Amino acid sequence: MSELTDFGVKRLRDGVRSGEFSAREVADAFIVNVSKAKELNAFLVETPDHALAAAKAADDARGRGDTLAPLAGVPIGMKDLFCTNGVQSAAASHILEGFEPRYESSVSQRLWDAGAGMLGKLNMDQFAMGSSNETSAFGNVVSPWRRTDGGNAPLTPGGSSGGSSAAIAARLCPAATGTDTGGSIRQPASFTGITGIKPTYGRCSRWGVIAFASSLDQAGAMARDVTDCAILLEAMAGFDPKDATSLDAPVPNWEAGLNPSLAGKRVGIPKEYRMDGMSPEIEALWQQGIDWAKDAGAEIVEVSLPHTKYALPAYYIIAPAEASSNLARYDGVRYGQRDLPDGAGLQDMYAATRAAGFGDEVKRRIMIGTYVLSAGFYDAYYTQAQKVRTLIAQDFENAWGLCDLLLTPTAPSAAFGLGETTDPLSMYLNDVFTVPSSLAGLPAMSVPGGLDKQGLPLGLQIIGKAMDEQNVLNAGLALEQRAGFTARPDAWW
Amino acid sequence: MSNYRIQGATGEWEVVIGLEVHAQVTSKAKLFSGASTAFGAEPNTQVSLVDAAMPGMLPVPNRECIRQAVRTGMAINAVINKWSRFDRKNYFYADLPQGYQISQLYHPLVGEGVIEVSLDEKDPEAEVKEIGVERIHVEQDAGKLMHDQHPTRSYVDLNRSGVALMEIVSRPDMRSPQEAGAYLTKLRSILRYVGSCDGNMDQGSMRADVNVSVRKPGGELGTRTETKNVNSVRFVMQAIEQEAQRQVDVLESGGRIVQETRLFDPDKGETRSMRSKEDAHDYRYFPDPDLLPLVLDDAFLDECRATLPELPDAKRRRYEGDLGLPAYNAAVLTADAETARWFEALLAESARIQKKGEAEVAKAASNWLISELFGALNRLGKDIENSPVSPEKGAELLGLVADGTISGSIAKQVLEIMLETGDAPAKIVEEKGLKQTSDTGAIEAEIAKVLEANPDKVADYRGGKDKLFGFFVGQTMKAMQGKANPQVVNELLKKALG
Repeated sequence: MSELTDFGVKRLRDGVRSGEFSAREVADAFIVNVSKAKELNAFLVETPDHALAAAKAADDARGRGDTLAPLAGVPIGMKDLFCTNGVQSAAASHILEGFEPRYESSVSQRLWDAGAGMLGKLNMDQFAMGSSNETSAFGNVVSPWRRTDGGNAPLTPGGSSGGSSAAIAARLCPAATGTDTGGSIRQPASFTGITGIKPTYGRCSRWGVIAFASSLDQAGAMARDVTDCAILLEAMAGFDPKDATSLDAPVPNWEAGLNPSLAGKRVGIPKEYRMDGMSPEIEALWQQGIDWAKDAGAEIVEVSLPHTKYALPAYYIIAPAEASSNLARYDGVRYGQRDLPDGAGLQDMYAATRAAGFGDEVKRRIMIGTYVLSAGFYDAYYTQAQKVRTLIAQDFENAWGLCDLLLTPTAPSAAFGLGETTDPLSMYLNDVFTVPSSLAGLPAMSVPGGLDKQGLPLGLQIIGKAMDEQNVLNAGLALEQRAGFTARPDAWW
Repeated sequence: MSNYRIQGATGEWEVVIGLEVHAQVTSKAKLFSGASTAFGAEPNTQVSLVDAAMPGMLPVPNRECIRQAVRTGMAINAVINKWSRFDRKNYFYADLPQGYQISQLYHPLVGEGVIEVSLDEKDPEAEVKEIGVERIHVEQDAGKLMHDQHPTRSYVDLNRSGVALMEIVSRPDMRSPQEAGAYLTKLRSILRYVGSCDGNMDQGSMRADVNVSVRKPGGELGTRTETKNVNSVRFVMQAIEQEAQRQVDVLESGGRIVQETRLFDPDKGETRSMRSKEDAHDYRYFPDPDLLPLVLDDAFLDECRATLPELPDAKRRRYEGDLGLPAYNAAVLTADAETARWFEALLAESARIQKKGEAEVAKAASNWLISELFGALNRLGKDIENSPVSPEKGAELLGLVADGTISGSIAKQVLEIMLETGDAPAKIVEEKGLKQTSDTGAIEAEIAKVLEANPDKVADYRGGKDKLFGFFVGQTMKAMQGKANPQVVNELLKKALG
């Protein structure tokens, strides 16, 4: 039954419902794949029992003739940023190594309530800070993809949700949760030829999600195609009174609302995204996407988002500022790692614990954040960045006067080799197309558009109006149908 | 009142004082979590995942805490900001699980207000001064470190972590320890009236940071120091006195005042340096991204206003005006919410029993409460809150006096017995045979004896010494063991003496 792992969420759900195969068979197939893929280092913790228990519940329910829950029989991967009851939740950091929460994040709880099972906790950039998965304290994830140059150089699966993207691309799970602060769902999706959506800020509860930058963090769905993302997101989203920034709005039935026609829709092409030195391959892909959108019935309009160039600097002030405060709780006092040198006092314990527990990138961002919030610099950096953020949101508002959706590339390049990008600033440039919509809290998704000349996937990004996930998904479906993306990495692991 | 001066070698010095009062909000649950706030529970038994700052936990504002702070603001006629915001104050300490305190720096919930303070609330002639309140903001309390549990380790109790505080920041409008004491007393009275804080300073639910500077009268403001966490009105006054004197001594010996945080040691009665400005934290305040701005609508504000009780100043004016009480009585009875509540219960019950209007029974009731019951409670070392006599029984006692069943002096005896036994006054009067008599025959017999025993005084009286009348009344009452109806005694005596 090895083909079971080639099925996506919808196919698995429907197959279990119809009795074509059992949930147990599905779970077993994926558990085998997970266990054989250690080389990818996508999973930090494997939880086959969890997946099997959910499968049993699904099979039992079917046996009784009960109506099956929306995700019954579908095992998924859970990004390590989500707190999962009794299962290590470490945000891929040493400082939380061994931390097993006694509570379940709202999003994961919703998934379990919807019948999904958990195959394990997925590797990621430490505290979701990174674009290549190289900042994980437990070793980087290796992308299942390789260049066609025969060099077999290990590639990044993107980040920070790189464990999620690699696991889906490698058929270790049909879908996974991701979180996106500045592109952490969309860029890895683009790098691995899968689909990922970050909904409107507030759609998915942040309760129980280990915080990176609270005003930007948003959970989302990653899967093989648009329909699967719609199904998964529908189960994840919803108002949560435990999160004061949660959107108190009903969750539409996105799957049922899927419609690949873009007739009557205006798709905006933001001219500022056409940057100097943009790779011709990315430019060609973008043009291809424009043509597909036209073919789907859309009217193409050029729009301007004039403050785009300030988005990245503003993001790399706001996100570290929030992170520097959010990560203060990892102090060695109550949980997680504690480093208490002989004869040390409280301050020494803080210093030793945090020096040993946090990785370099996390420390870098804590220092940046501490600096931009400090007396004398606050207005020059933080206040200014907040103003930029407002202007960027206004840019989008103005664009919505001219169009319904925006189409851009997801990332400025295909996946790069592990260890190839060592300069933090170059690494931050990966987020250049994804950060503006994060700052504005808008729904955005990446769908695979094609392969570059090295045989690596490239993604197209669709950005929509706040609360308009449906049209984002619809446009994604329109592109997906025209791209006919079927490439997949050969299993070398 | 504002003439408080410190006499230094170089002349007089004026003291400038501002108070930042931290008042724990009366609420069953904490500011951002559902955990309980009860005082005195076992360590770490009232701690939610949010209070312990577990990974992924988020704060959600508790509406009741906001409501209480808004009502407090309304009670001091302050501006209520319909748009306010929470900020994070970042610093590391073991009693601060999040590594930041959620507070309000930039946009507090409550803006400018004012509190009228009299140096002596009970003296209607005392000068009244308006002390400005700059702002009230709400914030989280920290946990508590315990250093006495283990020889080499410190323990942390997070029960208090996340409890809602109001920080009530005064303008530097006070000029003497007495003014500061009066301000604090008045503020506590208002908080108790409103019910937004129990005002129990000994339990730490109200504490003050005291800002003090000195200057030559009318001169430029001096550098201030802040003495943290002073927990009684008396200590606040002492701390100001000590700190102001210390500053004068430093300045007069050629030194300068360092802006610093100080601690008050009540045992030694002095303040000492805790940390200087150079060591001060950079708190890196910024808006808490876990929380949306707090936006209040008119319906909420109306509800807050509708539930405000009559406040001490208004109540005092009503007691004087509508009830016709002397200013002193009105001031004493309104200084404290519990006393006023007790008095009003006594008043209502007295009016009911005596079938009179409240204004008609108010004076007698207030006099009895102030001179008789307060005196008795004072001797017993009890507050009005735990008075062994209820307002209902007090009213019953006053009713017995009013209808002539007992005299005022017998009423004192009855009260003593009530305090001891808790019995109803009518039962005591009945059992002890204390009923007042209007039996003219018995009274006339005693009067005859008194006149017979004092022929010289009778002669003097008849010769024009009217004042001796009181003597005869006293003697007759004594002979009647206080049980004679004084009015009847008066009438019969007048008749007997011609």
